[in-house]
Amino acid sequence: MADFDVPELKEYPIIPKLKEGTMAHSAPYIAASKFQEPLGFPGELVDNWKEVAIDKMGDLLGKYRSLQVFLDSCVHCGACTDKCHYYLGTSDPKNMPVARQELLRKVYRRYFTFAGKYFPKLVGATDLTEDVLDDWYSYFHQCSQCRRCSVFCPYGIDTAEISMAAREIMDAVGKGQKYCNEIIAKVFVIGNNLGLPEPALADTLEGLEEDIEEDTGVKVRLPLDEKGADILLVTPSADFFAEPHVDGLMGYAKVFHEAGVSWTISSKASEAANFGMFIGSYENMRKIALRIREAALELGVKRIVFGECGHAWRVAYSFLNTLAGPFDFLDPRYPVPQHICEFTYDLIQENKLRFNKSENDHMRVTFHDSCNVARASGMGKMEGGQFIIPREVIKASCNHFFDMEPDSIHDSTFCCGGGGGLLTDDLMELRVKGALPRMEALKRVVEENGVTNLAAICAICKSQFAKVLPYYGFTMDQIVSVHQLVSSAIVLKGSEQEAELDGKTE
Amino acid sequence: MSLVTTLYVGLFYLATLVLVVGLTLRIVKYAKTPAPLKIPTMPAPLTEAGVARRMFREVVFFESLFRASKWTWIFGWLFHFGLLLVLLRHLRYFTEPVWFWVNWIQPFGKYAAFAMLAGLLGLWARRFLVDRVRYISTPSDHLMLALLVGIALSGLGMAYLVHTDIVAVKGFFLGLMYFSPQPLPADPLLLVHLGLVVALMLVFPFSKLLHAPGVFFSPTRNQNDNSRERRHIAGWAEQLEAGER
Repeated sequence: MADFDVPELKEYPIIPKLKEGTMAHSAPYIAASKFQEPLGFPGELVDNWKEVAIDKMGDLLGKYRSLQVFLDSCVHCGACTDKCHYYLGTSDPKNMPVARQELLRKVYRRYFTFAGKYFPKLVGATDLTEDVLDDWYSYFHQCSQCRRCSVFCPYGIDTAEISMAAREIMDAVGKGQKYCNEIIAKVFVIGNNLGLPEPALADTLEGLEEDIEEDTGVKVRLPLDEKGADILLVTPSADFFAEPHVDGLMGYAKVFHEAGVSWTISSKASEAANFGMFIGSYENMRKIALRIREAALELGVKRIVFGECGHAWRVAYSFLNTLAGPFDFLDPRYPVPQHICEFTYDLIQENKLRFNKSENDHMRVTFHDSCNVARASGMGKMEGGQFIIPREVIKASCNHFFDMEPDSIHDSTFCCGGGGGLLTDDLMELRVKGALPRMEALKRVVEENGVTNLAAICAICKSQFAKVLPYYGFTMDQIVSVHQLVSSAIVLKGSEQEAELDGKTE
Repeated sequence: MSLVTTLYVGLFYLATLVLVVGLTLRIVKYAKTPAPLKIPTMPAPLTEAGVARRMFREVVFFESLFRASKWTWIFGWLFHFGLLLVLLRHLRYFTEPVWFWVNWIQPFGKYAAFAMLAGLLGLWARRFLVDRVRYISTPSDHLMLALLVGIALSGLGMAYLVHTDIVAVKGFFLGLMYFSPQPLPADPLLLVHLGLVVALMLVFPFSKLLHAPGVFFSPTRNQNDNSRERRHIAGWAEQLEAGER
């Protein structure tokens, strides 16, 4: 099945012994000039790349306090060394967060600190060489920016910030990653990551309306570009066609329908994802975020709701107001933006939705906290709402819910292995190995609680699991969307399901 | 004034200058560098008061380290709080009359030196025994531990084995503070102790010891969770926006 060894799932997680260089060969395809230039980056490695890289590093050090403080503060205590899923899955010491940071830090020390300029050997400072650049390209594309290390670091050093800076430096010298940069270019030209044009989108949504009507007998609409709608739904484009994403989209539509609100999708902002974050580019992230503002203004909506997408929710919750705000033209009674889980949760709290949980009785469900939701954003107006709200939505729609091991959920959650701009086939080995800690935790609830399905609220997690579950002896359809569970259990007013239920109970 | 006294007077003035100026410059740099996006490690406190509590737990209890590694936590905490007590106890050599609370902690301060040493040795052992920590250790990591262990051992040596003329030492430091240098006893152990302290002061602003001010400026720990309510725009980002208009 694979041209590499799939790690064995152990009974209890074991911290592996170091095996140097096991992942040194791993590197994604380099972006061609046609994917670099639309983003404002040089098409290929520039001649004076060393100077450009050092200048860029200096520029970023002046712009980001995180980078400056994080590069200075590490004491090599080792608290993070066993926290990264890529280290746990590959045993490559350069996948320990501190060692990954050190790849950048040793160059920072050499060019920007007194100790590194005059006593490089003492503090482990090195010149920027081609080998160092190659190491950067390899290992900063073995970080999914999941921030698990930042939870455990006594100074809160976040390797995601370091890897974003490193990727930005590499983009500046013309050594960008194909997967991310190609996708960003597509968003600028077509409006979404998948390059799905407006007519295809309209067709898809129409098809989904027919499917729902066939299933329930109710005309649930999935409107596109409808001016004057109350709510703009911004959702990852995977929701428009791929399993299990699309079942989630039908779930959102049913919830909106039952809530009696008018809503619309925008063909201009037909993508929640914002890969500008993965490459650390404020400018590109802002440009992508501005599409949402423009779409909201053009359509005259009052609220913005985001679909199930992890990093998109980070950009939405934590950055959107800053990047593309102020959103004073929207209804001030609602947070900008809202998560679909918040929306559904509120309706559940108000008893406005009816569920028939037994529709999901063939499933015993666990929940995978997606890293960008868990450690980089929130939900509700409460600390930790991002852990409570999706679980409450799941529990409202199915009878059998079980959590995984405490050190693998909430803010200790393990990345799916494919986040941070690594969800590409050229990194398959890394993705499979990086999924190991999550797969081990899943295996335990499968064995102990008979769990059959893993629910998630992130398009990247869903795609990644669909791909890697089979490597570990599971099946790809074991990953489900949270709103897929909602979709199956919700009882629409006037539906065949309602008639059947009420006929039975009366 | 003896050569030794002159040398140590000069060293302490230099070290103090380097420490204060170096650290101030660094702190000003941290404070002035913008944090353009809200990046607290979530879940984060909603309010500023909550952030103060989070920072307090981090700095006083090493909360995150406790979650990460119990061994590193216990050694690290022993060392840092041993050091704190020892430093506070040493205030008696810089104050006349000695502040009342410094007298209170005097008995604890003396034993804290053992805790400090135990913590340091534990942390050092990890650099040899744990393969992951061994891999990330640089020569300066070992030297820093050697320096601190040297300070602790020479101090303990004077407290329990070879006493020095502590009244004269106090006279020396009060003299430094009031710019009227007094002779320093030329006991080898004392000179080693003070020499290492000078070295520590000198390297502080240029080394990983910057983690001390750094933690207070760490955006993942010092930001609250209110990004949906408040814009958090940096100066350079505003200029970027202005340039587009």
